[in-house]
Amino acid sequence: MTLDARIPDGPLAEKWDRHRFAGRLINPANKRKYSIIVVGSGLAGASAAATLAELGYRVRVFTMHDSPRRAHSIAAQGGINAAKNYQNDGDSIFRLFYDTIKGGDFRAREANVYRLAQLSNNIIDQCVAQGVPFAREYGGSLANRSFGGAQVSRTFYARGQTGQQLLLGAYGALMRQVQLGKVSIHSRQEMMDLAVEDGRAKGIVTRDMRTGAIASHAAHAVVLATGGYGNVYYLSTNAMASNVTAVWRAYKRGAFFANPCFVQIHPTCIPVHGDYQSKLTLMSESLRNDGRVWVPKKSGDKRPAGEIPEAERDYYLENRYPAFGNLVPRDVASRNAKEVCDRGRGVGETGLAVYLDFADAVRRDGMETIYRKYGNLFQMYEKITARNPLKQPMMIYPAVHYTMGGLWVDYDLMSTVPGLFVLGEANFSDHGANRLGASALMQGLADGYFILPNTIGTYLSCCAPGEPDGSASLFADTEKEVEAHLARLLAVQGKRTVDDIHRELGRLLWDHCGMARNSAGLQQAQARIPQIREEFWHNVLIPGSGRQLNQSLERAGRLADFLEFAELLVMDALHRQESCGCHLREESQTEEHEARRDDERYAYVAAWQYRGTTERPMLHQEPLTFENVTPSQRSYK
Amino acid sequence: MQSRKINISLEIWRQENPEAPGSFQRYSLAGLSADMSFLEMLDVLNERLTLEGQEPVAFDHDCREGICGMCGAVVNGQPHGPEPGTTLCQLHLRHFKDGDHLVIEPFRARAFRIEKDLVVDRSSLDQIIQAGGYVSVNTGGAPDANTIAIPQQTAEQAMDAAACIGCGACVAACPNASAMLFVSARVSQLALLPQGQPERRLRALNMVGSMDELGFGNCSNERECEAACPKGISIRHIARLNREFLKAALF
Repeated sequence: MTLDARIPDGPLAEKWDRHRFAGRLINPANKRKYSIIVVGSGLAGASAAATLAELGYRVRVFTMHDSPRRAHSIAAQGGINAAKNYQNDGDSIFRLFYDTIKGGDFRAREANVYRLAQLSNNIIDQCVAQGVPFAREYGGSLANRSFGGAQVSRTFYARGQTGQQLLLGAYGALMRQVQLGKVSIHSRQEMMDLAVEDGRAKGIVTRDMRTGAIASHAAHAVVLATGGYGNVYYLSTNAMASNVTAVWRAYKRGAFFANPCFVQIHPTCIPVHGDYQSKLTLMSESLRNDGRVWVPKKSGDKRPAGEIPEAERDYYLENRYPAFGNLVPRDVASRNAKEVCDRGRGVGETGLAVYLDFADAVRRDGMETIYRKYGNLFQMYEKITARNPLKQPMMIYPAVHYTMGGLWVDYDLMSTVPGLFVLGEANFSDHGANRLGASALMQGLADGYFILPNTIGTYLSCCAPGEPDGSASLFADTEKEVEAHLARLLAVQGKRTVDDIHRELGRLLWDHCGMARNSAGLQQAQARIPQIREEFWHNVLIPGSGRQLNQSLERAGRLADFLEFAELLVMDALHRQESCGCHLREESQTEEHEARRDDERYAYVAAWQYRGTTERPMLHQEPLTFENVTPSQRSYK
Repeated sequence: MQSRKINISLEIWRQENPEAPGSFQRYSLAGLSADMSFLEMLDVLNERLTLEGQEPVAFDHDCREGICGMCGAVVNGQPHGPEPGTTLCQLHLRHFKDGDHLVIEPFRARAFRIEKDLVVDRSSLDQIIQAGGYVSVNTGGAPDANTIAIPQQTAEQAMDAAACIGCGACVAACPNASAMLFVSARVSQLALLPQGQPERRLRALNMVGSMDELGFGNCSNERECEAACPKGISIRHIARLNREFLKAALF
């Protein structure tokens, strides 16, 4: 099978228009004869479900939460980018496109990213029309800020709760369609498998998380908007329930998994404080605008920050990157923090933290100004750590935050399984090897509001309207497999809890497949993962039964899939012998120890095909060609 | 700097399923780090129960950053516990003393069914939103976002209301199990913004009607909701809802 991304011909700026014209449409009177399943109700899922229903399709939404409004999109703080150029500061669709593709270290498709930049403006219009309360200037026009090192102010925001407000906008649109009878919501349902027949997606099998009932749902098309897999590392900034299961099951049914090793590690999170730690909390990276990052020069220096004189402090980012200083990109900041801590110069109880110091900013601008800028973040930090960042420097450490990899999709957002579409963080499409700040919300909503509703018709036009045609035996067999899998989990009755084993997997991946990787470490992880998986299947302890609300069983099912997925993650990391985007491959460095990308060998999307439990997945390469931009090496010296 | 260690005794509502009778069970936990979050304490308890062959306590939670609205339980009579403006997931043990006794029970209301232990079904809140908590605008064709200027102060007030996370603490805190604060937050946000005007009247009538139908009580100005709200939603929004409802009903 060869990968065909089906990128339309023609000049970059006309591709999306041409594609929409070339795509096939479904007669308005026939749309109600097509049913579509949407799994996940975050920005991508909710916006897609609402819009498809507005068009007239019959839509069913499945969410593992009690309400569609809980999805983790809600936690996005910073904002959403758009190429409006309201600030008249030189922004344009092409500039947003260029920044995004460069930020992704030239590992994304030009056509997809350009379309994203084009649609960014429609998203803002749509959200304002829904009543999203974006921040405004005194004159009443929309406010913007610059974000994540961008040189233009193109980020729209609603205090520190942009994700929440955008999600509630999409959720409102979705609820309206529920009221109109066009969408049904199936809450507390977890997708357990994808039903595939004749190579096409025919529906899904779910588990009711309240009763344990397994059920099948047939549809003409299945849309996965199930988010990222950052929790494979156990500790991440993701919500506790975020998982890989839906996309992993789709992978095992034939959907290719692209670039799983592209994982973003965010530099400014609150450090781990103990073994019982359940998740990590992100602090907005805007803090680096005024905070200075430092550690003691001497390793093992345990004096409180205030007692370490200026001469004995190492402001390592400022020293190493004089041009950008504390504002180097996320990956560079993260990597350097880990490096100084690995050398024993980390601070705090665990030695796994660096200081982010506002003392100079306060001296320069005054306490009041600094507090006005960051007050809510300081409060959040103090709530969690009981320390006041204005009195003693903040402590931060990198944490897994976002996964650029995901199921491979073509320009229509369709996976290699016809009829299976993948949106938002769950697909791999637009961020290359590194996502820019305030771009995740943009991508989720572009996929859901504007792309899928315009592309799904081409696939549906090949299906007969009316009842979906998956056979009864297909669903019966898939259900049986799901039941057997759950029974196997419950039968283990070993001695270790799910979280205990998950922590072990997480530590292994963090140590060997994090920001800096080398082949020896990756091989070690590759050897160790099957052993942990073995341990899991022989020694996990799940109390209760499958026919009830059983949160241990839910977590065990997700961990079982993480334990398989982890191997693919490491395999992909091992094969990509270049430093790229978020990760440094230690064998691929410049003489100054900076990342060296290898365009000659790795300018492609790595898409992996499942070939059973005994055979190694097969690598397919989708070459990336750049006709409108010239790939350059990043430099922040 | 090592963190303080404390001992806590717990009394937790255990209920097998919606139909089963429930009761309080006692547990004690020793040597907990004061830096631990409240939900991490429940994690620790659940790890122990699992290893002892007992069923862990079921509780809802997800983001653990105080924004998804999934978590929530009543701690010693207070929804989300004693710290003002804090969801249960953002509450830390440092706010408790060594030896404290904590009674933990689910959010109780006629419109919230208990699924198991501390897990409740709050889909009735979704149903209220379905009755009109949105602007009826289809995707596509929206005018340029800067077409209508909105005074900064108005946008800020709308954002104050929009901060609601839909956790249901206001309902659990209210002696009448009313959802007035929840409803008023959404009505208020959209009544303030120009985009919400065309449906302003119907929205107030339909959302309040839906709230009544679903078995939520009425507001009798107890102000417990405001005190329990982890996002500081003010009861001024209830005053606005009352005005909206009255105007809509009369004219």
